[in-house]
Amino acid sequence: MRRLTLALGALALGATAMTEPALAQQNEQFLPALVYRTGPYAPNGIPFADGVADYWTLLNERDGGINGVKIISEECETGYATDKGVECYERLKGKGPTGAGYFSPLSTGITFALTEKAPGDKIPLLTMGYGRSESKDGAVFPWNFIAVGSYWTAADVAIQHIAKELGGMDKLKDKKVSLVYHDSPYGKEPIMALEARAKVNGFVFKAIPVTHPGVEQKSQWLAIRQDRPDYVLLWGWGVMNSTAIKEAAAVGYPRDKMIGVWWSGAEPDVTPAGDQSTGYKALMLQHGAGKFKVHADLEKFVVSKGKSVAKDDFAQVLYNRGLLNSMLGTEAIRTAMKKYGNKPMTGEQVRWGLENLNLTAERIKELGFEGMVGPIQLSCQDHQGADIARVQQWDGKEWKVISGNYKADLSILDPLVKEAAAKYAAEKKITVRDCAKES
Amino acid sequence: MFYRETGQFKSSYAADMAIFPIRQDRIALWVVLAAAFVAVPLLDFFQVWPFGGEYILRAILIPFLILSLAAIGLNILTGYCGQLSLGSGAFMAIGAYSTYKFCTGVHIPLELFTISIPPLPVLPSILLGALMSAFVGILFGIPSLRIKGLYLAVATLAAQFFFDWVFIRVKWFTNYTSSGSVAAPDLVFFGFTVTTPIHRYLLCLVFVSIFALLAKNLVRGNIGRQWMATRDMDIAAELMGIRPLYAKLSAFALSSFVMGVAGALWAFVYLGAWEPLAFNIDRSFQILFMVIIGGLGSILGSFLGAAFILVLPILLDQVPHALGVPVSVETVSLLVFVVTGALICWLLIVEPRGFARLWSTGKEKLRLWPYPY
Amino acid sequence: MIAFGQFLEVLVSGLLAGVLYSLVALGFVLIFKASGVFNFAQGAMVLLAGLALVRSLDFMVAKGLPFWAAIIIALLFAALIMAITAWLVERFVLGPLINQDGLTLFMSTIGVTFMIEGGAQMLFGSDVYPLRLFPSDAWFLFESSFPGGILVSKIDVWGGMIAAVLVVGLALFFQKTKTGRALRAVADDHAAAQSVGISLNWIWFIVWLVAGLVALVAATVWGTKLGVQFSITFLALKALPVLIIGGFTSVPGAIVGGLIIGAGEKIAEAYLGPFIGGGIEYWFAYVLALVVLMARPQGLFGERIIERI
Repeated sequence: MRRLTLALGALALGATAMTEPALAQQNEQFLPALVYRTGPYAPNGIPFADGVADYWTLLNERDGGINGVKIISEECETGYATDKGVECYERLKGKGPTGAGYFSPLSTGITFALTEKAPGDKIPLLTMGYGRSESKDGAVFPWNFIAVGSYWTAADVAIQHIAKELGGMDKLKDKKVSLVYHDSPYGKEPIMALEARAKVNGFVFKAIPVTHPGVEQKSQWLAIRQDRPDYVLLWGWGVMNSTAIKEAAAVGYPRDKMIGVWWSGAEPDVTPAGDQSTGYKALMLQHGAGKFKVHADLEKFVVSKGKSVAKDDFAQVLYNRGLLNSMLGTEAIRTAMKKYGNKPMTGEQVRWGLENLNLTAERIKELGFEGMVGPIQLSCQDHQGADIARVQQWDGKEWKVISGNYKADLSILDPLVKEAAAKYAAEKKITVRDCAKES
Repeated sequence: MFYRETGQFKSSYAADMAIFPIRQDRIALWVVLAAAFVAVPLLDFFQVWPFGGEYILRAILIPFLILSLAAIGLNILTGYCGQLSLGSGAFMAIGAYSTYKFCTGVHIPLELFTISIPPLPVLPSILLGALMSAFVGILFGIPSLRIKGLYLAVATLAAQFFFDWVFIRVKWFTNYTSSGSVAAPDLVFFGFTVTTPIHRYLLCLVFVSIFALLAKNLVRGNIGRQWMATRDMDIAAELMGIRPLYAKLSAFALSSFVMGVAGALWAFVYLGAWEPLAFNIDRSFQILFMVIIGGLGSILGSFLGAAFILVLPILLDQVPHALGVPVSVETVSLLVFVVTGALICWLLIVEPRGFARLWSTGKEKLRLWPYPY
Repeated sequence: MIAFGQFLEVLVSGLLAGVLYSLVALGFVLIFKASGVFNFAQGAMVLLAGLALVRSLDFMVAKGLPFWAAIIIALLFAALIMAITAWLVERFVLGPLINQDGLTLFMSTIGVTFMIEGGAQMLFGSDVYPLRLFPSDAWFLFESSFPGGILVSKIDVWGGMIAAVLVVGLALFFQKTKTGRALRAVADDHAAAQSVGISLNWIWFIVWLVAGLVALVAATVWGTKLGVQFSITFLALKALPVLIIGGFTSVPGAIVGGLIIGAGEKIAEAYLGPFIGGGIEYWFAYVLALVVLMARPQGLFGERIIERI
């Protein structure tokens, strides 16, 4: 027995000796990236991942990192599969001197699974524009940050845009709005908000599911042809979007009466359908495609040096969303550094940074994101920070912004958030934080 | 030489009928169990490599154990009873969702009366959930009395797709959450809440050990022999007085029960929150692969197959990074695809009967060593 | 009248959609008939053929070749790729696995699926590539008798015509050519075919090549419909129920099975869907197949399974 203890002790010593150099590392912030560059959703996953990576490279090349702390990152391929995502998360969460700063899974399924794990590991999830809509409530979901917009915001803004096109909220009465959605938690998220809206505004709402992956939608669109809804909302992802547009064209449904969510409004969604996509509209997660000031820096410091991973997806919608995602994350780290000092941040510190993130218009201009995104301020209670969105339209060659910012009607959405968050808290027996008491 | 059973005399019927009649096997079993139950927690407690951090436990050992259990389940059906099934994912999903329902309380208002079950503790929920899975297994096993071989395999896909749809469409199963994704309640066993990875690991280990031993015990008995007779030639088995109805449906029921438990563990212990996509057709294929690569009709093979199919892609995925080869993630994951596919084909070519067969060849060699024959 | 028009529309579009599934199912049938291999890789082969076609086409159009010339060269290139694949599969996977049981062969084709999926994306990219070979708008027939007319997608009609040509071509190939007859001989009895001097390896290569070409044809239609991308591989799963209904060994069965499945699932989705929740077509096809199997365990047109002790 004594020998066993000795042997174990020796082993333990050996192990600590092995992990020692990892601890004594230099001034580096580790940021993981869960990506999917292969599989059914790769056409959408690639540009986003490229944007995420390029922005980090830009910070390293231009500023030498965040306040002098260099960013090291590692990608892990999830293929959009939940179990693979969990494996990637476990693999990456402990890397670097302080562990992963934050995770952005870019998949509703993985987000749900990680929501259960993140609190234990004290790593925030930055799910910009996807994931649980009720995670806006920071008191119940301290580790989830659905920054910039939730699906409920999207649903509400879409209805507002329809009302504006019709010429007023009262015109919505007895109009028919159908939702063609990806039959998964992602696609089902907006239903609740749309039903609530339908009750308020008196339009007839109908939800039409499309089975994953959405290559076959004939019967759904024949039903739409018979039903003739005034507007069709599209909540698709990957191949489903372009197929929907083609089927809409085939049944003669006007594309300018279709409004996609911001995950259905990128280049890979419209180009496969060619001319048939012309006129198709989609929501914007504030930003659209195109080059802004940050792109000039990117071209100067990243692309020209051959360090960009992007190919022809540079400045596309999802690429820009990747930039934005990285910008929010790194700005949160910068915010946290103000409190904790210029050194690598732990997940917990990044979470503080996210909750105290205040991106003013000036700061956004400084960062080169002016025109892409408006001011965002997160807080302990509000993990979303902004409730606005715009609408863009595909003119056959590029996305054109066709509307101003709409602000989601919080009088309708906030009660939904409250209710859903309370239900989650009750089910998981979470003690809700009192945000008034936190600094 | 090392693996010789000469000199091990059986002096009682009980000894002759033991699950592991050979002493070396018994020793090996105890060593493995000791390693799994004692050494791993100890290593984890002292944070000894590779257990510093939770990666090995959470991302490899726990899914390995759960998927081994699922593979054992499918092996009962496909390996022992010869009924090819591509619906494993569905039965796992039934286990997971039923367990969830039992955990959070069942309430079915019918016209005449209301079925109402208060929220149950996790353990009975898992067992009841697995029972539901077994029940559905019997239901979808009925066609096997008429349909055979690959036709049956494709027919079991009906179960797979039907339940994919049911759990997405029927809001009752997900307690009417807005998104249709559910989160597992706390894992409370006899007043003890399982949270840390090592406790989760031990929990899975207990389940897997019990079911593996049960399965091992079962397949050598009356019912196991009925299954194997049915597998080898069902008409002949019928002529010998084995009721195909009973043999096939019992295999379906037991296999679905085990897969139901595995599904519940996968959802509750590994994922924590899940959507039907976690149990889709890919999962079914993955488990079938484990069974085939591991060896049809071998409990040990289920473990070996699970280890291979689970760990291989993860390892391949990390090799270039560990070696410092600058390849993009995209290339690596595509390469993982190609290499995994190639290795599977290669394994099927060199040993179509899987790792279990390699293992018994190895034992044969050890028995004779150092002599060639 | 509106209801009847609607029904006709659903029926027609279902039948045509079913024929498109048959295009994929045909590849399965060919290989199963000749070698007893249940070739799960058919979906991946459609992806490979499509990628080879669209990438070479884009490349040559960008180089300034006229479209018609580019398309011919691209088709030839894709056919060449399929031939290479057929040779590799025969030489390195199925050749060594000769005489193994069906399950092992089936699993090996899943291994092949992984390899093709990985390899194809590595060679040609994993983005979505639009392919425009056929018109994708629609006709509206009988507008006088039905309000709004009956919608028929042009691409589906093209697909139907191509499928018809393909089936006639395959029938001629099997009936009239020497190789075709050899294929049928192999399908009947491997050993007997070998004993009259038919090379199994050569025949299997031919069969995989033909299946590859069928995949190429399917890729032209489906690529136009969806854009060439990874999701095309999911077609394999849509083709399976077609295959069961028709029977694994029957070419006409694949077409009839396609018609039944296509019409059945569309009608179910349109008329049953609203009552039990939409999205039922995915499993409905399988349940329909299951019901058919309960009545005829070998599919509608499959060879009768005779078991002896």
